[in-house]
Amino acid sequence: MKFNLAMIAATAATALMPLAASAERGSDGEVKIIYWQAPSILNPYLSGGTKDIESSSLVIEPLGRYDPDGGLVPYLAQEIPTIENGGVSADQTSITWKLKSGLKWSDGTPVTSADVVFTAEYCMHPEGGCAQLSKFNGVSSVDAVDDLTVKVTFTEPKPNPYGPFMGGQSPIIQAAQFANCLGAKAPECTDANFGPIGTGPFVVTDFRPNDVIQLVANNNYRDPNKPAFASVTFKGGGDAAASGRAVLETGEFDYAWNLQLAPDVLAQMASGGKGQAISAFGSLVERLEMNLTDPSPSLDADTRATRKAPHPFLSDINVRKALSMAIDRELLVEVGYGQAGRPTCDLVPGPKVYASGNTDCLTQDIAGANAMLDAAGWAMGSDGVRAKDGVRLSILYQTSTNAVRQDFQALIKQWWSEIGVETELRNLDASVFFGGDPGSPDTFQKFYADVEMYANNFDGTDPQAYLSAYRCGGEPKPESQWQGENINRFCDPAYDALIDELSRTSDLEKRYALAKKMNDMLTNQSFTIVPLVDRGRVSAHSNSLGGVVLNTWDSELWNIADWHRK
Amino acid sequence: MLNYTIRRLVLAVPTLLFISLVIFMLLELAPGDPMAQVPLTVPPEVKEKMREALGLGQPAHIRFFKWIYQFFVIEPQVLCDALFGTHFAEGELRVISWQTRSPVMDIVVQRLPQTLWVVGVAYLVAVLIALPIGVYSAYRQYSFFDQAGTFITMIGFSVPPFFSGVLVIVIFSVQLGWFPSIYDTTHKVTDWESFMVQLKQMVMPVMVLALQITSQISRFMRASMLDNLNQDYVRTARAKGLTERVVVLVHVLRNSMIPVVTVIALGIPQIFGGAIITEQVFKVNGIGQLLITAIQANDLPMVQTLTFIFAVLIVLFNLIADLLYGFLDPRIRYD
Repeated sequence: MKFNLAMIAATAATALMPLAASAERGSDGEVKIIYWQAPSILNPYLSGGTKDIESSSLVIEPLGRYDPDGGLVPYLAQEIPTIENGGVSADQTSITWKLKSGLKWSDGTPVTSADVVFTAEYCMHPEGGCAQLSKFNGVSSVDAVDDLTVKVTFTEPKPNPYGPFMGGQSPIIQAAQFANCLGAKAPECTDANFGPIGTGPFVVTDFRPNDVIQLVANNNYRDPNKPAFASVTFKGGGDAAASGRAVLETGEFDYAWNLQLAPDVLAQMASGGKGQAISAFGSLVERLEMNLTDPSPSLDADTRATRKAPHPFLSDINVRKALSMAIDRELLVEVGYGQAGRPTCDLVPGPKVYASGNTDCLTQDIAGANAMLDAAGWAMGSDGVRAKDGVRLSILYQTSTNAVRQDFQALIKQWWSEIGVETELRNLDASVFFGGDPGSPDTFQKFYADVEMYANNFDGTDPQAYLSAYRCGGEPKPESQWQGENINRFCDPAYDALIDELSRTSDLEKRYALAKKMNDMLTNQSFTIVPLVDRGRVSAHSNSLGGVVLNTWDSELWNIADWHRK
Repeated sequence: MLNYTIRRLVLAVPTLLFISLVIFMLLELAPGDPMAQVPLTVPPEVKEKMREALGLGQPAHIRFFKWIYQFFVIEPQVLCDALFGTHFAEGELRVISWQTRSPVMDIVVQRLPQTLWVVGVAYLVAVLIALPIGVYSAYRQYSFFDQAGTFITMIGFSVPPFFSGVLVIVIFSVQLGWFPSIYDTTHKVTDWESFMVQLKQMVMPVMVLALQITSQISRFMRASMLDNLNQDYVRTARAKGLTERVVVLVHVLRNSMIPVVTVIALGIPQIFGGAIITEQVFKVNGIGQLLITAIQANDLPMVQTLTFIFAVLIVLFNLIADLLYGFLDPRIRYD
């Protein structure tokens, strides 16, 4: 029965093929999307979660987005402002955006610069708890010049002025709808948070938090022929395997997001023939972080894992380098990620222009690592563990609980034992490990371990903020309630100078060079950070869904207006 | 009986208040952070501001009494407003979920139909199957039917739903293509056609849940029947010349039902509590799925409210079970 229906649908689709080329709005029926993490809210300013940012990208749009290569594409703006076209002032203290003319909200009212100004006001409100506040860092004012022109002024020159209103994290919301939702009142506006009025290709008709969203095509969308689909069902919940199955094996859904599955499981699903898995790479890097401070429990709380107590053996660069040399990254990728990963030696693996492209760590060299440790005076003991001046190379290696990470831990422990390093493994629940509770001894910030492993990335395509995290003094410490981004407690005045230089430099070529230099200082020059795998994104779509272009620099659904039925 | 009921209800109030305090303290002391799911790209200062916006800056006792006030004073007012069109709760702050920033009770009400449909039907089906199986297994103890029944209930007991659920999906959705593997919560039953669609998507979750519940109840029923079948009054009934049918289905069954009724009544709160794993496996997205996602996201107001509602239901159905004894067994009187 079902098979017959599929045949009829396929025949009908073939018959309609010539029409599809000149498709009009809503001609392709329904598209069904499944995200195994269910969206909780459609307002990215109140939630930092990827699921919420991506689902809301169907409805609300920023002035410009990033394309799959990391390039900038105007959405609501006429063009991307640059110094060349005069949109960015020569001293880089302001950027002027011009809206496309004739834009309408889905309720039919015009989009004006007042909405853009309001969006900034909404997020920058001190009591709002805006999740995207860092996008508005350094903004001194946002003013409407005329109905279609908005000028963002910064307190100091901003070489990368594309923080506010750029990318899925920072879309424009309607001033009229959110007018009474500023600051502490933000959570009270349930209707607005669940059904924002937007400019995007679809309009919410029913939002059920953590379950399902139903949307229909926006009649006021700026391109009269788009979107090709008349409605969207956006289901959430379950797990990655189930959503992969729904697209690749049963064909119930058209698109499944972020299939973090073992490579063989995914390959077996894809052999079902109902759809295909697609992958793309962004800036997410699974890495080992070396603790440069002493996490020993014998130290008192004010000294433990702070810069007052340097690490007994990881402060020796030979040890850090040996630990990196002992790892076979190719094998890690094969075991854990398959097509969704590739070995890397860089903290910034992309976009291409910013990536150093180091390859020196890719070959495993256990003999070389042993020789180096011997030369550095770490003598092999009778128990197979190296020691020097009574300090044994015994490592506590922690990460979050996750099947792939535990496989990695076991493999790496084995390799390290071959170079005379003893390893104790520990895994912690992700909600504790990544939760910044200063009272918990188990957070990644507190780093009460010698080595820890997790993945991190940066928003957008500019790594400046990401690389600036390793500033001396920016480390988590008791005085800062264990908050801070310099997880390794790295401290190098030369590096700090480069951070300052990067924040002043606007010439793109020079920025690329600086970023590469900084990346190298952290990775293959100091082995403070030992990158393992450049983790891509794997999603899947059905064979009948056309127009999907996987984008890791912005929302995956960035071009849903172009999706169509093949 | 009425006096007893009232006495029990009054006693339930301090019990429930104590339970709510225990739940709150447990959640308070448990590790975890509502910002743990926010990507690492959001800087710590911003996360701190977000925590403050959630009200986490306030001391624990203030948050507890705020929750008590919101749950016991404001939420009933909201219910009253919704039922009678009054305006008691206007402008008052309700119990707000941290994940969705919307009132917890609204989501609970939205989720209840799915859970009641799937878990409720499974429970009903299970009870209807379990009772006859239990009765017949006991009556023909060690027969082929009894042995087969024991085997199947053992499977039902020992195979967890995260296995049996995925197994039936692979068989019936992937291989045979009979049933959808993903439950459509937006589906509305309006006519025969749509009712069949609803039945189709309910078959697999109901099957998996009913197997488990049947196993439990049929074992209880069988054991209880066996206890009674050897009693003197059964011999007397047979000696009087009553037919086997009357002996078993009237005399023995009624007496055997007493412990089984407790088991069935105490299982009813579980219907409202949803079936966490089965709901996840079939994407039913009912109360069980709501609870587990709230726990994962450290959404304390949601977890607190849901757990407390379960506590209320359990206390209530305990009372109902006690009262039912009185109806089944005339010797039990509470006054």
